[in-house]
Amino acid sequence: MDNKIVFDRIRNDINMNDVVLYLKGSAVFPQCGFSAAVVQVFNHLGVAYKDFNVMEDNELREGIKAFADWPTLPQVYVKGEFIGGCDITREMFASGELQALLQEKGIKMSNAA
Amino acid sequence: MTSMAGRIREKLEAAFAPSVLEIEDQSAAHEGHAGARAGGETHFRVRIVSGRFVGLSRLARQRAVYAVLAEEMAGGLHALSVSARAPGEGGL
Repeated sequence: MDNKIVFDRIRNDINMNDVVLYLKGSAVFPQCGFSAAVVQVFNHLGVAYKDFNVMEDNELREGIKAFADWPTLPQVYVKGEFIGGCDITREMFASGELQALLQEKGIKMSNAA
Repeated sequence: MTSMAGRIREKLEAAFAPSVLEIEDQSAAHEGHAGARAGGETHFRVRIVSGRFVGLSRLARQRAVYAVLAEEMAGGLHALSVSARAPGEGGL
């Protein structure tokens, strides 16, 4: 399968948006508990993000797994860099590393507590 | 046939010689939604502590676990929550 087109699209999206969430479902209506959990973390921090619902786009759903070399969703990207899925996002949030990373990257948090 | 939990345990023990390995079948909590099947064994949580994780990033640790369980993830293991630590690290 030629992934070039979807990879170019992903690369463009993660470079154009500071924080990108690839989800099962939308941020408003997540269709999976793990996707809901990452949305909750970023909503809690008051960070603006762009979300993509892979359930509406099978090419993206498979392409994003190959792109990150990561077999599961959700996937979180900050400033073009793959951060991880639900477990890693939650761990980094709990330890404060996520907040430190966002701050270091100059991403605004309206509620950093 | 060995249970999914049994296969996960066997493979992780062989690959990582963990000092701690907890495998929790959370399928019942996901009954009736996407990825769940009658009979369960679809949603698992793994907590693993292994010396093999020393010096590896979070991403590298979880990728290593996924790689060892690739066959299971392709065949029925729908969701796998992973906490992978090196000995002496907190947070388990």
